[in-house]
Amino acid sequence: MSLYRDTAVVLRTHKLGEADRVVVLMGRATGKLRAVAKGVRRTGSKFGSRLEPGSHVQVQLHEGRGELDIVTQAESVEPFPRTREDLSRLSRAAALLEAVDQVAQDREPAPRLFDMLVGGLRTVEERNPPLVAAAFYLKLLSVEGVAPEFDRCVGCGDEDGPFALLLERGGVHCRACGSGRPVTDEALAVSRAVLGGGLNAALALPEGTVTHEVEALATTALEGHLERRLRAVRVLHD
Amino acid sequence: MGSAYATAVQDLIDALGRLPGIGPKSAQRIAFHLLKADPEESRRLATAITEAKERVGFCERCFNLSEGPLCTVCSDDRRDAHVVCVVEEPRDVVAIERTREFKGRYHVLQGAIDHLQGVGPEQLRIRELLARIGEEQVAEVIICTNPNLEGEATALYLTKVLDMPGLTVSRIASGLPVGGDLEYADELTLGRALEGRRVVGGAGAGDPAAG
Repeated sequence: MSLYRDTAVVLRTHKLGEADRVVVLMGRATGKLRAVAKGVRRTGSKFGSRLEPGSHVQVQLHEGRGELDIVTQAESVEPFPRTREDLSRLSRAAALLEAVDQVAQDREPAPRLFDMLVGGLRTVEERNPPLVAAAFYLKLLSVEGVAPEFDRCVGCGDEDGPFALLLERGGVHCRACGSGRPVTDEALAVSRAVLGGGLNAALALPEGTVTHEVEALATTALEGHLERRLRAVRVLHD
Repeated sequence: MGSAYATAVQDLIDALGRLPGIGPKSAQRIAFHLLKADPEESRRLATAITEAKERVGFCERCFNLSEGPLCTVCSDDRRDAHVVCVVEEPRDVVAIERTREFKGRYHVLQGAIDHLQGVGPEQLRIRELLARIGEEQVAEVIICTNPNLEGEATALYLTKVLDMPGLTVSRIASGLPVGGDLEYADELTLGRALEGRRVVGGAGAGDPAAG
């Protein structure tokens, strides 16, 4: 019977019973956790709007007996008003939330992951760069220690190229080591920049064929690591 | 793991237990109630379920629940065909009908755009809505999706695709619940209530609020 507080981002919610919701939170100190928010679907709810996916909130939770804790208070830390009112921002924010939801382990503190998520959501809110989801995926893989190798051939270590993409093997291949999916030099350069300190330059790129290619590449890489399909990037892809 | 009940009873409990909001204990209580009750009562329940499943389908025009090809709203010719209210589910139609404020027709999307569940616009009845605009000479579409993330995403998408000459697209207002206290309102709702305020007197009376 104890109460605890944490700063968290709502990753996902689903309905429970008549007026309740289960919220999946990424807590900075607690890690990913599931909790019940009672009565939030009623119109008079005190904290309904603060527990929508993507909200950055300060929550107080009551430790439940089972797997689910109970949200007793929620205050918003940082609202993302533009993200709520723009479809492309919403889609990109959803892509980040889904990725974190898939990568984070239940009740395993991951403050670095949490900070990355908040940073990502902030970037979406402020600038909404086309590459934000792709860059986030690649960074996520890098934090997990499984960043794809874009600098040298995964077979022989050759650094000169030309390269083809073989993400199942963890990166790129040179001609001599076998085949793979074709990839442009520009897309490789952008991916290298994302992983190697050129993140801001990459995020400044306007939407175009290169950003689409990097997004597809990063999505495949993360899907390969998770061994499941990501859904959010595919909804509303126009 | 033998069950303490006769098979038929266990089947009944299992079937009841699959209903939303009914746990194993409630399922057991209802099952025993039905077994003890008048056979006529149980038969009435069984017929009601089968009849409803057989007779109720979706309205061809608005995808509301309906017993015939058209639902009761669509087959009522006193309703204004020029205004269409877009909602997520049939139960939202019931909620709006209770207000007695709306005299137009509906369009039920049968869901909302949900990125995290992978529900995109093509899984909703949006194509059918677009077809209705021309066919029925619709002049205004009121978007009444839920004011949550999924509903807002749907509203934003609809605003984008409904951008056509001569068509007014409006979004239902967000604000404070009647009977509520201002101090307990969350900042988002309160902010929107301020944004969508109404001029009630003075120079601007009669006009919608100027931003």
